[in-house]
Amino acid sequence: MNSAAGDMDAFVQPHFLKNLILTSTRGNNRTMKKIVLATSALAFCAAVSTTAFAGATLDAVKKKGFLQCGVTTGLPGFSSPDDKGNWTGLDVDTCRAVAAAVFGDAQKVKFTPLTAKERFTALQSGEIDILSRNTTWTLTRDSSLGLNFAGVNYYDGQGFLVSKNLGVKSALELDGASFCIQAGTTTELNLADYFRANKMAYTPITFDTSDETSKAFDAGRCDALTSDQSQLYALRIKLKNPDGAMVLPEVISKEPLGPVVRQGDDEWFNIVRWTLFAMLNAEEYGVTSENVDKMAASSKDPNILRLLGQSGIKGQGLQLSDTWAASIIKQVGNYGEMFERNVGQGSALKISRGLNALWSKGGIQYGPPVR
Amino acid sequence: MAADPVTGAAPAKAALWRRPVFRSTVFQVLLILGVVAVANYLFTNTLQNLEQRGISTGFGFLSNEAGFGIVQSLIDYDETYTFGRTFLVGLLNTLLVSGLGIILATMIGFVMGVARLSKNWLIARIATVYIETFRNIPLLLQILFWYFAVLQPLPRPKQSLELGEMFFLNNRGFYHPVPVFEQGFNLVFAAIVVAVISIVFLARWAHRRQEETGQPFHTVYVSLAILFGLPLLVFLVMGSPMSWDYPALKGFNFTGGGVVIPELMSLLLALSIYTGSFIAEAVRSGILAVSHGQTEAAHALGLRAGPTLRLVIIPQAMRVIIPQLTSQYLNLTKNSSLATAVGYPDLVAVFAGTTLNQTGQAVEVIAMTMGVYLTISLSISTFMNWYNKKKQLVER
Repeated sequence: MNSAAGDMDAFVQPHFLKNLILTSTRGNNRTMKKIVLATSALAFCAAVSTTAFAGATLDAVKKKGFLQCGVTTGLPGFSSPDDKGNWTGLDVDTCRAVAAAVFGDAQKVKFTPLTAKERFTALQSGEIDILSRNTTWTLTRDSSLGLNFAGVNYYDGQGFLVSKNLGVKSALELDGASFCIQAGTTTELNLADYFRANKMAYTPITFDTSDETSKAFDAGRCDALTSDQSQLYALRIKLKNPDGAMVLPEVISKEPLGPVVRQGDDEWFNIVRWTLFAMLNAEEYGVTSENVDKMAASSKDPNILRLLGQSGIKGQGLQLSDTWAASIIKQVGNYGEMFERNVGQGSALKISRGLNALWSKGGIQYGPPVR
Repeated sequence: MAADPVTGAAPAKAALWRRPVFRSTVFQVLLILGVVAVANYLFTNTLQNLEQRGISTGFGFLSNEAGFGIVQSLIDYDETYTFGRTFLVGLLNTLLVSGLGIILATMIGFVMGVARLSKNWLIARIATVYIETFRNIPLLLQILFWYFAVLQPLPRPKQSLELGEMFFLNNRGFYHPVPVFEQGFNLVFAAIVVAVISIVFLARWAHRRQEETGQPFHTVYVSLAILFGLPLLVFLVMGSPMSWDYPALKGFNFTGGGVVIPELMSLLLALSIYTGSFIAEAVRSGILAVSHGQTEAAHALGLRAGPTLRLVIIPQAMRVIIPQLTSQYLNLTKNSSLATAVGYPDLVAVFAGTTLNQTGQAVEVIAMTMGVYLTISLSISTFMNWYNKKKQLVER
């Protein structure tokens, strides 16, 4: 806003301005009003257009020395800060892995907490380099927001959390119920679809953050809380009485969640996409954060040698160092390690792998070959 | 240019660029050209950048299906309606809370402003404590207080507080019966219109009579009698063509009747109590601005305290109060956008929130939202300026 005022000053010398104000107040003050209107319109346009097209994100990130990553305002398992301000979670680790690939240092990340409503604008405007915020990949988002989904780091589906003393065993018994939802999510749309398809009535109560939805659910403002299943488990452990609430069996939607980048920068898109693939390949070949150095030195498996930058194209195509994948695995771990630590058996959420197991183990997580 | 006072000779004609009229015209034209050029640059640059980044532009999205539900709507709405409709729903919800807020805040403000000047020690202290407390606590905190500390701890639907099986209060809202109009009720509406028109004529007649004869007439009581009596008479004659739809607990929630959701209640309470405290101060300052001699003169003419306040003090105080009242009304309207903190579906929450996020068209949505607030504010201020002009001292 200030910049627009500055532009105006550059155009008009103070002398002129004084002259103008004098004449306008003496006569009618319409001219002044028009000018005030025009100035505010200008200020608005300036706010939108100041960020020129960013160009190569990789160069910009390298130049500033850290990765700016958009995350949630606090969702256990995916992205939440501890009392010292350290962020942990699956989405956080995805960003750390990208930082490890680019800088060889997983700590070179700064996190921007965003509500669901703010997230796309933050990425579009260049405020963040990557959005790793529990975001569902949909046609609209991929095609009309100027954004690209780089992959899927968690396959999820929408479910319902209800209080046990409601006595409900299935979502189909929820006719007439009210639901706490987070605003600006696919959840809002799926809920509407599901109730319309099943000819049931519902009342949506929408809040800005997932924290507010769970607070309202706790206070009894709504009968059920609906969100992605993984979030339901995460929100449940934050309730006053977690054992008093249960997740219903129905999964009413497909929610492939993954990191998002701006459209039009294929180089950066490839880096984020292959960061995910490297972690999946590492799990498939049994490379972990503990054995990665040993594997690089002594493995005879050509797949592993190519992944760890000992042979093949190495980091060349992505314009990264040859050990980009090795840095990711050493500092963040492979996909399995990341999953278990944040949302799996090593965490409070204890979510089983399910769809997120590797393709070779009954899931659908699949990394294209590194060659 | 005037003649030279010393020599009396007409001054030599100044060069063109030294003439004030010419200069001011040139500078204004240059300025406007500059403004247009900058605006044009910013506009085209924005469009070009949006296109380059593959972000959809234009207002076509307004006719796409919205696909999400909204908890409170004054017009027909469900998820099959368009994004354009969500704009209207949000706008009406904003107007609802602002309109009700302005009415409530004005009532609270006038009562408390007068009460603070009361000679009764207790009343004056209560008003002082109210004003000084609510004026000095941030509005957002007050909204959250009413929502989380007052309305959320209310009992759940099954243990609702109830009044005669008609009114229910629980943490899902305040449920009340709504009238269902049956055939023949149109005549009752007609009766109300007739009553209002006759009251206008009655007031004119009473005014004229008092001017001519000095005889006062109990206009207020008679008006009230007409306003309620006439429609009631028609209502009874028509055989009570109205029934009530009572709320009843069915399944999880109450169905039937009407509901005031706690989000609206908390927002309305906070806005009107907060703004009311400012209006009270405006009223007090207005009353104090009227010199005490006016009161004494009114007493000397034999007017009692009530008519003195109503006929002498308030009309003069209004000239001081109205400009301040205008800015409080504008504040209240703009502050209503804090609704998003408690999930009340106002314009900012619904349109600049969910709709923006579902469509991703930030520039268009924010521009429309800003346009709406600007329009509402300018309308309020135009109306209040007209009212102010009407109330201003007419010099004879």
